[in-house]
Amino acid sequence: MSDQSPAPHAKPHLTRDHLLDLLRQMVRIRRFEERCGELYQQEKIRGFLHLYIGEEAVAAGVMGCLHPEDAVVATYREHGHAILRGVPMTAVMAEMYGKAEGCSRGRGGSMHLFNVGTRFFGGNAIVAGGLPLAVGMALADRMRGRPRVTACFFGDGAVAEGEFHESLNLAALWKLPVLFVCENNLYAMGTRLDRAQSQTDLHLKAAVYQVASEAVDGMDVVAVEAAARRMTDAIRDGAGPQFLECRTYRFRAHSMFDPQLYRDKAEIEDWKRHDPVARLSAWMRETGMLHDADLPAIERETEAEIEAAVAFAEAGQWEPVEDLAKDVYTREVHP
Amino acid sequence: MTDADITVAASSRTITYRDAMREALRDALLRDERVFLMGEDVGCYGGCYAVSKGLYDEFGPDRIRDTPLSESTFVGAGIGAALNGMRPIVEIMTVNFSLLALDQIVNNAATLRHMSGGQVSVPVVFRIPTGAGRQFAAQHSHSLEGWYAHVPGLRVVAPATLEDARGMLWTALQDPDPVVMFEHVMLYNMEGTLAATTGPVDIDRAAIRRPGTDVTLITYGGSLSKTLAAAEALAADTISAEVVDLRSLRPLDGETVLASVARTRRAVIVDEGWRTGSFAAEVSARIMEGAFWSLDAPVARVCTAEVPIPYPRHLEQAALPQPAAIVAAVKALMGA
Repeated sequence: MSDQSPAPHAKPHLTRDHLLDLLRQMVRIRRFEERCGELYQQEKIRGFLHLYIGEEAVAAGVMGCLHPEDAVVATYREHGHAILRGVPMTAVMAEMYGKAEGCSRGRGGSMHLFNVGTRFFGGNAIVAGGLPLAVGMALADRMRGRPRVTACFFGDGAVAEGEFHESLNLAALWKLPVLFVCENNLYAMGTRLDRAQSQTDLHLKAAVYQVASEAVDGMDVVAVEAAARRMTDAIRDGAGPQFLECRTYRFRAHSMFDPQLYRDKAEIEDWKRHDPVARLSAWMRETGMLHDADLPAIERETEAEIEAAVAFAEAGQWEPVEDLAKDVYTREVHP
Repeated sequence: MTDADITVAASSRTITYRDAMREALRDALLRDERVFLMGEDVGCYGGCYAVSKGLYDEFGPDRIRDTPLSESTFVGAGIGAALNGMRPIVEIMTVNFSLLALDQIVNNAATLRHMSGGQVSVPVVFRIPTGAGRQFAAQHSHSLEGWYAHVPGLRVVAPATLEDARGMLWTALQDPDPVVMFEHVMLYNMEGTLAATTGPVDIDRAAIRRPGTDVTLITYGGSLSKTLAAAEALAADTISAEVVDLRSLRPLDGETVLASVARTRRAVIVDEGWRTGSFAAEVSARIMEGAFWSLDAPVARVCTAEVPIPYPRHLEQAALPQPAAIVAAVKALMGA
């Protein structure tokens, strides 16, 4: 965790343009979520809101390793994943508002972002419930001979669920092309990892199912990307499922209802010293790859994108109540 | 043997419910390469109830896919495969085991279309043996069809005849949404004749299995034969009972039920589920809402006793709806 420089094996790929892009992606989702937090206080966004702030290096590092025909299955803390997968920020923000222009027509809200066009399959709010879906999507690709990867994101909490173990076993047994990405932020809601797991080295659990596994510093976007690149390459080469544990930390509460009684402020402050955005920009500055004008330009572009997304959401329409029962079934069914 | 006998022999055959179901599976596997069967012991073992016997040898381990004992995950995998272009048939060994997969069925299969704003469909078929009668005791014998019928987004069907065993699967596979198909375990050995030309059947409408004028007996699945036996017994006492086989629990064909009750003015519902919160309660409520003024008597129900199904045969049979209880319920309504 203390190592502040990117993993050395990844360095050959580290062009200024590429690093700037990683930085830009992390800033986009960081600022988007900060704005969502404000909009929640203003009651524009309701229900549950789970912010990803602090964990951006994971989604940013993995998402760039995926191809358009690959699929993504994520959790309820998935705004960043959706945006980085290519779901327009406008459609994501409208979904946060519950507007009909949202990526799930406003029906899902923050926890259920879906976008078939970018093969983004949720937005799954049952912990570990997305893993079997990812296994099945990969099974379909395998049976149809399609060289695709399904990337499945989940937290450390999911590792305690039976479906985690069943899914790892099945994916390994059938050698399915799944990239399991464990976003280990140390807390399952308010329960610290060592209060829930007898074995806190989570990647070891994958290893016992014969799934190639690795743990990386999830606050280091370059390290995450390098590992994800190796693993997606291996999957594409037919090596079967891979498990990437990203050790990360959420800086904000679990949800907007969480008073955070279970952790010390000092612990949060300590982790903030590893902030993935600050860390990458500092390192780029030291190595001369970040110019003075770069970050302000990224911030300006991001602000404009977010303002446009908010305006889009504000201008959006509520789905007509007459459509309430639409799309319960694909064909009309009267129960 | 006359020419007429030969014609009959050529156009129909004797078959069991199990074999009809297997034919339907084989037919689907041959017709659509996206179809595959997945579940516990469906392959090498030949299926817990021998429904898929022989298919593993014919279609191989890729399409007749044995799974570990991981109900939630292989059910979820069926949903994921359906999302990604396949037409999976997932067998869950018994309805009691399906509870281990209820999360995937209720939270994913049933919700994904509506929750995603209509972007996805989940064309998966779950085949679930259900019901009591084989002395399998309290963890293999229950009838939880009503629970599934409670859930919007699912279709729930219960083939009770050879024609439906042969014909419902293909129609269910053509449906873009998840279909839960309940096969009562006491039906697998049922034998009868089936026309050689029997093909796909609708999965929307109830069917009148026996016309009658004095009372409507409404049932589904494994209770159909008991209800028909009761109707036969009632006929001996000059009570004419109409028997409605619901076939589909969701959607429920209220039109057929209400039209029948409007004619007979009396209704008894026979349901192997427990009475409290049963599917029979739903049917009863529909009749109250739609045919109250046609009724000459309160709606009656014959359900399973409110106990976990016990092992000894006499207690198991005592717990289940039986023809005698159906006859008694009808006679009570008729004041006979």
